Amino acid sequence: MRPGDIVAVALDAKETYVAEFASAEADLPSPSWLRGIRRSAIERFEAVGFPTQRHEEWRFTNLAPLLRVPFKPAIIGGPDGVVAEKLEPFAFGILKTSRLVFVNGRYAPRLSYLRSLPEGVRIASLAEVLRQEPGTLEKYLARFARFQDDPFVALNTAFFVDGAFVDVPKNTVVDEPIHLVFVSTARDVPTIAYPRNLIRLGAGSQATVIETYAGWAPEVTFTNAVTEVVSAPASVLDHYKIQRESEAAFHIATMAVEQDRNSSVTCHSMSFGGALVRNYVHTLFRGEGGSVGLNGLFMPSGIQQSDHYTRIDHAAPACTSLELYRGILGGKSRGVFNGNIYVRKDAQKTVARQVNKNLLLSKEAFVDSTPGLEILADDVKCSHASTIGQLDENAVFYLRSRGIDEENARHILTYAFASDVVNQVKVAPIRIKLDQLILSRLPKGADVGETL
Amino acid sequence: MLEIKNLQVKVAGKEILKGIDLSIGSGEVHAVMGPNGSGKTTLAQVLAGRLAYEVTGGTARFQGKDLLAMKPEDRAREGVFMAFQYPVEIPGVSNAYFLKAALNAIRKYRGLEEIDAMDFMGLVQDKAKLLGLDETFMKRGLNEGFSGGEKKKNEVFQMAVLEPKFCILDETDSGLDIDALRLVANGVNTMRGPNRAMLVVTHYQRLLDYVIPDFVHVLVDGRIVKSGDADLARNLEKHGYGWIVEEAPKPQPARA
Repeated sequence: MRPGDIVAVALDAKETYVAEFASAEADLPSPSWLRGIRRSAIERFEAVGFPTQRHEEWRFTNLAPLLRVPFKPAIIGGPDGVVAEKLEPFAFGILKTSRLVFVNGRYAPRLSYLRSLPEGVRIASLAEVLRQEPGTLEKYLARFARFQDDPFVALNTAFFVDGAFVDVPKNTVVDEPIHLVFVSTARDVPTIAYPRNLIRLGAGSQATVIETYAGWAPEVTFTNAVTEVVSAPASVLDHYKIQRESEAAFHIATMAVEQDRNSSVTCHSMSFGGALVRNYVHTLFRGEGGSVGLNGLFMPSGIQQSDHYTRIDHAAPACTSLELYRGILGGKSRGVFNGNIYVRKDAQKTVARQVNKNLLLSKEAFVDSTPGLEILADDVKCSHASTIGQLDENAVFYLRSRGIDEENARHILTYAFASDVVNQVKVAPIRIKLDQLILSRLPKGADVGETL
Repeated sequence: MLEIKNLQVKVAGKEILKGIDLSIGSGEVHAVMGPNGSGKTTLAQVLAGRLAYEVTGGTARFQGKDLLAMKPEDRAREGVFMAFQYPVEIPGVSNAYFLKAALNAIRKYRGLEEIDAMDFMGLVQDKAKLLGLDETFMKRGLNEGFSGGEKKKNEVFQMAVLEPKFCILDETDSGLDIDALRLVANGVNTMRGPNRAMLVVTHYQRLLDYVIPDFVHVLVDGRIVKSGDADLARNLEKHGYGWIVEEAPKPQPARA
């Protein structure tokens, strides 16, 4: 495609989305404070439009296939065909969780259930909270994910209908993980959804939140999700985002985390599905002594594209960040890792480590890895490393020399490559599930799983 | 058991083995010694099936079958085992998982049922004790962070569990302290038997003080230039390789 064509596609798409807002606005859940934010967001979007590959951050991502599809929001109340059995593969074995399910961006009470929760803990539909207590979220919602910087966050902010609100009061520990399931379906026409989540952790509280994005081939869907996390002092959050939409799905997601002092957040991002997936994780240390772990695995094959942009903003001193991302790319797939660690002038005693390793399983797979450190403080310990390679043939031979056939040897080594990231997962049933998902992505992975 | 005839091998275009003849019978332990660069490791690796080695001539038959035509995994399943000089570290695959996968691959090939977890643990514990390996070792990543000695012990441990018919030990003594050497040698000796043969490739006499070979062959510049019994190895230890290199017949320059 000539550069001029993509510009025209992006312009057309922009006008469509802006016009869509004018007709949708009245039906969106909007207390007055939010109405203004939505307007600003769509105006911002109208001003900047969709990015093209001329934008530095979008250099490796061609959005034309996404922008050409005329997506529509799912019709309210229309049958979506999602029943509880269809969601079973997305559970985690014996793991007991409360579960909120959203179908095409709307809360589905019939598929959701809450188990017994400690006093004061809320797990609710964001839309319901906005309707019933319009003021509750004003201080938090749309304060951390900046729509000014990102057209997709702007679109989400303008259009979101629903999502999860998770609120853990201070000094409260929620033992069981909270599972948020976002299902994308498209019965007749390609469907768009804008899940919007807010996770608020009170001082000294602790929780585990899992976001699963689910869908089924060959349905063409577009999920544009935003999750905001605000962590009060000394709180602990273990967050998982597991992307398992269909390989015909488009998925662009932003996670914005703001951490107060001594808080600890781990963001696991495991990406398997999607035709075009882009994850953006942005964390900010607002107070000193915090720690963050970004732990990612992306495993595209076929003609999938899986992009991962991260930014860790060390705005306060004595915080620690550890980032591990691994890519395993097969077929003709494409992947991007772009990690940016920003250590501000006053952020002394920062410890930051970033490692991105990529394994190419075929000659036609391609990954672009751009690690980045920008350090303005002078008393810090920071490092980054990035590798791209194939399986070690010495290791393949070693396994074969013990009687393991070549294909199995390659599977075992591929599985082993992912283990660094998988081993960061503290919840055993999630770890087991990830092992299964990794193996299921390999042609004869089931054989390897049997002997595990 | 193994019949090697006029074996010639190139590595990266360079001729390394220039015609090896070697016959190893069941129950025999053969040592191949030689100075650095003589082709010892090439011989070991080519028998195990390393792909980078190009066989340009000769044959190797293992129990009547064409060994060189087999894939590395099939050689292992037929009963060939090489203890590596430099075992590979594979983080993320536990020793237990790896060994069970290997054992079951071999059992399946031989028409046996897969070993169950209890039997496997029993088998493994006995053999681990023999080599002085503690229990945590099975859960660790394959050779991950192992010392040189631990890696070599692990090789002999794998050999003990997989019970091959033909064992190749490639410089298994290098990097071992005397205690580790004794454990490794003891592990090897317990495996000696009428139905098993061994090829011990080594630069030094050290290991051969404990694993007494039936035959010793001296490899110089890709050829076996002298064969004898265990005394030959002791002579080499005393006098070095110089005298043999002197004695070795030089290829005659072609006449014009």
